[in-house]
Amino acid sequence: MTELSKSGAAVGEPTSSSPAPTSFLEVRDLKVHFPTDDGLVKSVDGLSFKLEKGKTLGIVGESGSGKSVTSLGIMGLHTAGQYGKRKAQISGEIWLDGTELLSSPPDEVRKLRGRQMSMIFQDPLSALHPYYTIGQQIVEAYRIHHDVDKKTARRRAVEMLDRVGIPQPDKRVDNYPHEFSGGMRQRAMIAMSLVNNPELLIADEPTTALDVTVQAQILDLIRDLQKEFGSAVIVITHDLGVVAELADDILVMYGGRCVERGPAEKVFYEPRHPYTWGLLGSMPRLDREQQERLIPVKGSPPSLINIPSGCAFNPRCPYADVPKDNVTRTVRPELTEVGSRHWAACHMTQEQRERIWTEEIAPKL
Amino acid sequence: MTTQRTSGRRKQALAAAAAVAALLTTAACGGGGSDDNNGSKSGAAGFDAANNKVAQASLVKKGGTLRFGGAQDADSWDTTRGYYGFMWNFARYYSRQLVTGKTEPGKAGAELTPDLATGLAKVTDGGKTYTYTLRDGITWEDGKPITSQDVKYGIERVWAQDVLSGGPTYLKDFLDPKGEYKGPYKDTSKDKLGLKSIDTPNDKTIVFHLPKANSDFEDVLALVSASPVRQDKDTKSKYGLHPFSSGPYKFESYSPGKSLTLVRNTEWKQSSDPVRKAYPDKITVQFFSDANQLDQRLLNGDLDLDINQTGMSPQGRTTALKEHKANLDNPVSGYIRYAVFPQSVKPFDNVECRKAVILGADHVSLQTARGGPIAGGDIGTNMLPPSVPGAEGQKYDPYGISGANKNGNVDEAKKALKACGKPNGFSTTIAVRNNKPVEVATAQSLQASLKKIGINAQIDQYDGSQTTGIIGSPSNVQKKGYGIIIMGWGPDFPTVQGFGLPLWDSKYIAQSGNNNYALIKDKTIDGLFDQYVTTLDAAGKTKISTEINHKVMEGAYYLPFTFEKFINWRSDNLANVYTTDNYSGTYDFVNLGLKNPKK
Amino acid sequence: MLAYLIRRLFAAAVMLVVIVMVVFGIFFLVPKWAGVDIASSFVGKQADPAAVEAVRQKLGLSDPIYSQVWQFFKGIFVGRTYSGGGDVTHCAAPCFGYSFRSEQAVWPVLTDRFPVTLGLALGAAVLWLVFGVAAGVLSALKRGTIWDRGAMVVALAGVSLPIYFTGLLSLAIFAFGLKWIDAQYVPLSQSVGGWFGGMILPWITLAFLYAAMYARITRATMLEILGEDYIRTARAKGLKEQVVIGKHAMRSTMTPILTMLGMDLGALIGGAILTESTFNLPGLGRAVLDAIRNQDLPIILGVTLITSLAVLIANLVVDILYAVIDPRVRLS
Repeated sequence: MTELSKSGAAVGEPTSSSPAPTSFLEVRDLKVHFPTDDGLVKSVDGLSFKLEKGKTLGIVGESGSGKSVTSLGIMGLHTAGQYGKRKAQISGEIWLDGTELLSSPPDEVRKLRGRQMSMIFQDPLSALHPYYTIGQQIVEAYRIHHDVDKKTARRRAVEMLDRVGIPQPDKRVDNYPHEFSGGMRQRAMIAMSLVNNPELLIADEPTTALDVTVQAQILDLIRDLQKEFGSAVIVITHDLGVVAELADDILVMYGGRCVERGPAEKVFYEPRHPYTWGLLGSMPRLDREQQERLIPVKGSPPSLINIPSGCAFNPRCPYADVPKDNVTRTVRPELTEVGSRHWAACHMTQEQRERIWTEEIAPKL
Repeated sequence: MTTQRTSGRRKQALAAAAAVAALLTTAACGGGGSDDNNGSKSGAAGFDAANNKVAQASLVKKGGTLRFGGAQDADSWDTTRGYYGFMWNFARYYSRQLVTGKTEPGKAGAELTPDLATGLAKVTDGGKTYTYTLRDGITWEDGKPITSQDVKYGIERVWAQDVLSGGPTYLKDFLDPKGEYKGPYKDTSKDKLGLKSIDTPNDKTIVFHLPKANSDFEDVLALVSASPVRQDKDTKSKYGLHPFSSGPYKFESYSPGKSLTLVRNTEWKQSSDPVRKAYPDKITVQFFSDANQLDQRLLNGDLDLDINQTGMSPQGRTTALKEHKANLDNPVSGYIRYAVFPQSVKPFDNVECRKAVILGADHVSLQTARGGPIAGGDIGTNMLPPSVPGAEGQKYDPYGISGANKNGNVDEAKKALKACGKPNGFSTTIAVRNNKPVEVATAQSLQASLKKIGINAQIDQYDGSQTTGIIGSPSNVQKKGYGIIIMGWGPDFPTVQGFGLPLWDSKYIAQSGNNNYALIKDKTIDGLFDQYVTTLDAAGKTKISTEINHKVMEGAYYLPFTFEKFINWRSDNLANVYTTDNYSGTYDFVNLGLKNPKK
Repeated sequence: MLAYLIRRLFAAAVMLVVIVMVVFGIFFLVPKWAGVDIASSFVGKQADPAAVEAVRQKLGLSDPIYSQVWQFFKGIFVGRTYSGGGDVTHCAAPCFGYSFRSEQAVWPVLTDRFPVTLGLALGAAVLWLVFGVAAGVLSALKRGTIWDRGAMVVALAGVSLPIYFTGLLSLAIFAFGLKWIDAQYVPLSQSVGGWFGGMILPWITLAFLYAAMYARITRATMLEILGEDYIRTARAKGLKEQVVIGKHAMRSTMTPILTMLGMDLGALIGGAILTESTFNLPGLGRAVLDAIRNQDLPIILGVTLITSLAVLIANLVVDILYAVIDPRVRLS
């Protein structure tokens, strides 16, 4: 693994220099860069956050904002299975239950994968091996980390399928993924992820490939299971609606960085970043009346190769021309505390943002 | 177009093959110095040492395994059915005849000597009765004596063409021209010996009664189709898979297209056979489908000689000439390569137009297309192969083919065209077999030189495997307008009759399987053939042969290219090797021996 | 699965009948329509009318078309007796025709030649599978490195060089030059060592060509599969990389490889002409080559049928294997 020099200024939540964090999961200044023919793609460029057991963190952002790359980074899946000359460059620190993962031997991280931390993927059809039965795949996941015979593992698989609400689990266990419906497949995927009672569960767009009614069921299932297992959960999504139901904390990513982070109710009701406003505006809300005023975030995500200096959101920001005092525009806005455990990174003053939110944005939502 | 793509591929294949051949040369012969003409360190006798003379007869030792290789299996090993020259040659190992060619080099090989018979025929009744007495001690492979009835039965089999097709039918044509006898399988007589023209008064005597005298009859009796066959061993159409031996060797195993092994026939007695020496203990033949591989094995010393005796292929030949010249002979094959002009296609009905082509052709370039003087042969100047009595070789050259006109005489040719009534030339088609690259090359060469005299010739490459059906059908030839056909011909037996009768006698014009491509209907030629068969003295026969040749050349029916020669390989270990005119200049197989039987 | 199997078998059977009829048509009926007398191509240089007539009679060439086809089919199951000109030839079932050129029934020729070709094809297949797939996987895993480039250059050479070139070259070097091996075919029943010695060069030559193709396919497929989500899932489970590659990725990669293998083996049964001729192996390819040269129609017909049968069976096996490997196929 290639370590980047740590010369860059720490961005985001100020990190303590003491190496042993108290949180269950703590990510410090995570950078994931991919060398390509066109240049270095800085998919994640200095991300820090903490997560406690029993809590849920929602990471929100458009595609290409670096949220999936972050989750794969935590799982160590950028380094596993890297073939060829071009390898991902990862730096920073990822502390999981007192162990720093990036500096651990890859095989140690592998042993944690699937057991201490596991992952639910977006499209269960492509994420499940088409040639093996659901049962075979769950049994395999279980037996990697548990020295049990196949019979025991199979019983465990049936139990898990039952737990995630698959009817006739003793029969369905022998079905192939293509014989399941989309929702059932995702349930099976969840069963597979939870088969080893992981302490950290990462759900990467768990409902995107499913239709709306099934989405709600799956989200309920994840929430119930979290309560039951007491795991820490990271939900990655582009849909604020999903995290609204699940998350305790929300982290909004843009261009590989965190632009706003805080408790869910703060981010929802007192958002302090124009990008978050945009996301809220583009979210269909069943509990509000003004459905016709859906405002998408205009423009497209920034190139991660040539990230413009200054605020990465500037080109798309509707308030870019709001006069700003004492600010060098070419400097990146730092995360600053805007409330209790609530941070945002914006060149506008807090007052300006409070005023815009309460006067211009909130009424339209 | 498919054909063009194929030819493109073939070119690629040839190029690749040539490259490989170059590699093979270095790999197989790395460091080997070239041999001189007087023998080599390896023991080879020297270049042309066995051509019309015996090479290393004194070095022969009894025993060992003589190893043949071949790119082509025989059409049949049944003595009645085989027609390939090498089959006739090889068949002497396991079959005997009343008379056979002398086991001597060159011209002498074509002379007859008694084999099963005690002497040459006692000819009586103005050449219509031939009487032979059989030797004592002649036996089949099971020890039983060979009787005159066995000889008669063997000859009768020629009549069963419906079952035993493929072989020469001269015996039938000479002994029963009307086809009254229906063959032994339909023979109602008890002993199946119902052919009236052969008498077997006792076990030792056989008498032939010809309806009409034929001076070549004894030559025909020397063909392997006149071999004895024992009735109880006749497996009819399957006889060729395991012929019952009357000679010094018998079949041990035969797998068509793969291999053939002969072992000593222990019942054969040397004392009963003045012809065969039977040196090796065992004779093996291995068949290849790739001629280059065969040549490689010969060069490598894995095999002693090529059973097909058709000469080495171009790559092998080049290597051999460079590295192993002492292992080679360059005999005349007896074949003439030529172009023939069907008179049914205008304007080749006019002798002057035929002459124009002969005079206008560039004979040196045709010879080069055939492979040059060594691999191709001398420029052919007339239509009688040098191995046939009465032939004059290049001395007889009525059109100056190898002389004044050898590079083509445009003026003379144009004069002939004018006489033909086509002063500005004409258009015609050259028919050539598509599976013979050398023939295609000669066609192209001819096309080029004809252009100079205003004859515009198109080349039609027809399916070579369908030769009999395509150019053997005069109506088809006329329909397609084949004014010039490229072909070649060799003698079945070395006489003017064995070579030219099917080509030149009007009686041989047939609606299918025709070989008289020129459709020659010349009473003089027909008459000369009739005269020939009744002339019994050698000198008279020779004279008539020469005369027939002259008549054919005067008619300008043919443009001869070459008196063919080829490059033939003999291994270091072969002894008592010589070429014989009896088998068109190929090695006489039957008395080959080995110098070192253990090798 | 059973329904799938039955469907496939039925399709294969129908295909076989169609093939027999088409091949039969090409060889016996088309020349007839084209006005070429087949019978005369069965007899020699001096085409005696009696011989032509006898062959016509024996083969029933004057019979109506349907009768000829029926006789041929019947012969396969109950044998056939050819009679004409006072000679009776029996051809025991399964009679795929009788060669009057070499006086042999076709079926024994096929059964005699088939093992050689099969041995050639299978032996070569083992070699090319092992080396081709290994090279392809290695190349995929080391993509962009010198190993990858090197392997792919060798593979390109293998694909581009014709068999007669590599074959003659290997013969020149190993058999004639270095004399390491005696490149002569020896039947397996005669000597295992001799058989192996005679087959090793043909195997290598043939395998070189195919290994090259397989390496390229394996590399491309493996690269594609490695990008699949389920491979990421397998890693996320905590599987060792060897298992991820060796089990999850290989199983998917083998699907197209097996398809190709089936087709190639089928085609090789009839298509190893170049190899067999270069190395003088008495297999089906050489039989058909010699038969073409000798215009031995029955043998050509027989080999063509057997070859079609081989391709058909290979297809069937591939279809079944496919269903075994990929459960999704069983549904459709």
